[in-house]
Amino acid sequence: MKILMFGWEFPPFNTGGLGTHCYGLTKALHGKDVDVTFVMPRFGKDFKHGFIKIIHAEEGKFVEIKSSLTPYIPSYDVKFISRNGDTDEPYGRDFLSDVNKYTELAARAVAREDCSVIHCHDWMTFPVGIKVKHEKKKPLVVTVHSTEFDRSPLSPNPWISHIEWKGMYEADRIITVSNYMKKRIMDKYNVPGGKITVIYNSVEADLYGGDRVDFGLDERVVLFLGRLTIQKGADYLLRAAKKVLEVEKDVRFIFVGTGHMLPELINLSIDLGISEHVIFTGYQESIAEYYRMADVYVMPSVSEPFGIVALEAMASGLPVIISKQSGCSEIMRHAMKVDFWDVDSMADKVLGVLSYGAMREEMSRNGLKEIKGINWGKTAEQTIGVYSSFGGA
Amino acid sequence: MPAVCFYFQVHQPIRLRRFSAFDIGKNSNYFDDDMNRFYMERAAKKCYLPTNKKLMELIDAHNGRFKVSFSLSGVFLEQLEMFCPDVLESFQRLVDTGNVEVFNETYYHSLAYLISKRDFVDQVRMHRKKIRSALGIRANVFRNTEAMYSNDIAKLVEELGYKAIIAEGLQHVLDWRSANYLYRAKGSGIPVFLRNFKMSDDIAFRFSTRDWEEWPLTADKFASWLSRADGQVVNLFMDYETFGEHQWAETGIFDFLHHLPSECLKHPNLSFMTISEALSTFSPVGDFDVPHLSSWADVHRDLSAWLENKMQVQAFEEVKRLESAINKRKNRHLLHTWRKLLTSDHFYYMCTKWFADGDVHKYFNYYDTPYDAFLNYMNILTDLKSRIQ
Repeated sequence: MKILMFGWEFPPFNTGGLGTHCYGLTKALHGKDVDVTFVMPRFGKDFKHGFIKIIHAEEGKFVEIKSSLTPYIPSYDVKFISRNGDTDEPYGRDFLSDVNKYTELAARAVAREDCSVIHCHDWMTFPVGIKVKHEKKKPLVVTVHSTEFDRSPLSPNPWISHIEWKGMYEADRIITVSNYMKKRIMDKYNVPGGKITVIYNSVEADLYGGDRVDFGLDERVVLFLGRLTIQKGADYLLRAAKKVLEVEKDVRFIFVGTGHMLPELINLSIDLGISEHVIFTGYQESIAEYYRMADVYVMPSVSEPFGIVALEAMASGLPVIISKQSGCSEIMRHAMKVDFWDVDSMADKVLGVLSYGAMREEMSRNGLKEIKGINWGKTAEQTIGVYSSFGGA
Repeated sequence: MPAVCFYFQVHQPIRLRRFSAFDIGKNSNYFDDDMNRFYMERAAKKCYLPTNKKLMELIDAHNGRFKVSFSLSGVFLEQLEMFCPDVLESFQRLVDTGNVEVFNETYYHSLAYLISKRDFVDQVRMHRKKIRSALGIRANVFRNTEAMYSNDIAKLVEELGYKAIIAEGLQHVLDWRSANYLYRAKGSGIPVFLRNFKMSDDIAFRFSTRDWEEWPLTADKFASWLSRADGQVVNLFMDYETFGEHQWAETGIFDFLHHLPSECLKHPNLSFMTISEALSTFSPVGDFDVPHLSSWADVHRDLSAWLENKMQVQAFEEVKRLESAINKRKNRHLLHTWRKLLTSDHFYYMCTKWFADGDVHKYFNYYDTPYDAFLNYMNILTDLKSRIQ
């Protein structure tokens, strides 16, 4: 079976679950004798994506296309990264032409590649997927890791959402990373449910865990890890932090990651009077050791298609509190769940984990047991099931 | 010539309301009346009312040859009075037929025996009083919460004047022997009725399981199994909610129940008895020796559904530690509140082994996770502690 796969990111990075997914999936597919040609854009040096070549280049074939897109930034945030410094139009001519260029170059790069199925990950690769589908007359599978409605809840970009709709329309099969996501695309894009297969993300558990890293302070550590965007709900955790600190003083809240909300969040922590208990580390390349210095991980996402980070935290042996508005809550039985807006309950759960060793131990022990059943091999098997459903492979 | 003894356990815990760390010291209402009303009314509609009606019909239709036994927890009766008086009346009418026996248990369906003998005895006396006032009868048979049993429990129960006790048909105790006989508790000699777990669970758990080779289970098939059974009594003990709640009406469970008495009575060697009747008909054939606590729950038949993981143990140890302080306060309301926290279900909700027997735990758990159950309980306990001191 030969798969032509279009993506754009590979770990280690922290802009979204997509890169982690592509890495874990292609590696596991490789282990099951599926031949994958992976096509992805190459980002400018300023985005520190020079690691791509390190990753399993020997296991798959990598075709790199030069491009400047970073699709996990909310559309109204693009002005921060726009290449030509023109910040007035979030998605200017420049952006549009970048996608077009990627589509052209990627299609040309695979012109002579043979394949049985074409597989695309998220909107930016949908145009090339559609193009190649019609050229090669092969079935198209698209995996939807998130939609424009998740990334830019305040002002979804109609141009992007149209590409998303078109990709799902043209696809022969759609994969979503959770039921939560399945319902969302049925709701937002009118996709018939029967066209969608839910295949959950996984985690490479072996990469996590290990001895605790001493933070150097005699305080308990609550960890947030993710982009500082509205979607990730860091502001709700800050409000919960205020409540936690009213009861327990020796607690430190660490926010790992960056994003357009950073200044706002710093201001909020000052306004709440808790800034000395809060640390914003900014973007960090190596995150595994943050898990090892924390006592509890909180994922307060407003809308989270899956949330692989929560699996990583669990694989690190941390008690995990996740928002109910997340895809991973569907498979993590040993995580506590809370509505992202329910700040009281979030604070109560954080306090509970910090106060009761029995609860911490049970969550950690059962979480580690649970994570053993979640692996990319399973994800790959289910994905192969989708590939095989077209027959003739 | 085995007699068929049906016994149904009827219980609903008084569920706790969501109590966060921020409620501590500000709010002393621990119980969620709205939720409890919801669960009671739902169970009444799906199970209690239709099943009571069916039993009444069957008793009438068979001229008194159909008989069953019940045990109703005190907290269940308390909630019936509050939320579903019509269900209480239908139980009273059933008892009035004379074909229905009622047992005693701990009022709070609690783990009281593990707290202290004193509290256990108090709760049994409370239940005795409650059964007398609500149903006008005096019970001869005792069953402990979730059939929790040991030689010592049997001895204590005998000292309290009971004529027989209920236990699980524990395979490791019986060994080659059959649960279909009457036994004597080792030490005290009080007669023990043992649950035939295979045949009880055929109805309670497997009835609607489509990949079970005996599915669909029909009344005539089950009656023929009963008629071929060895021994004196086949004890079919199960939760009453089996009818209509665990096994929904759509599974055909009510049709099964409807036809079972007539199908059984077609076999000349079968009859229905209450436990007390069986007690006066048969004599014990041997000793039942259980030095360690056991129960009827899960595959392990031990206490691990309530007291295994660290959260359950800590929660139980802390509520237990309040006993003497609570008793010193001599405040009936506080004592009642504390005892409602001893109900076994609260600990069941904290159980983390969802796997083999898992679905049952999950269906009955109104918390998202066992961790939420633990945290909520501990917050309430912290508040209660502050009110006692």
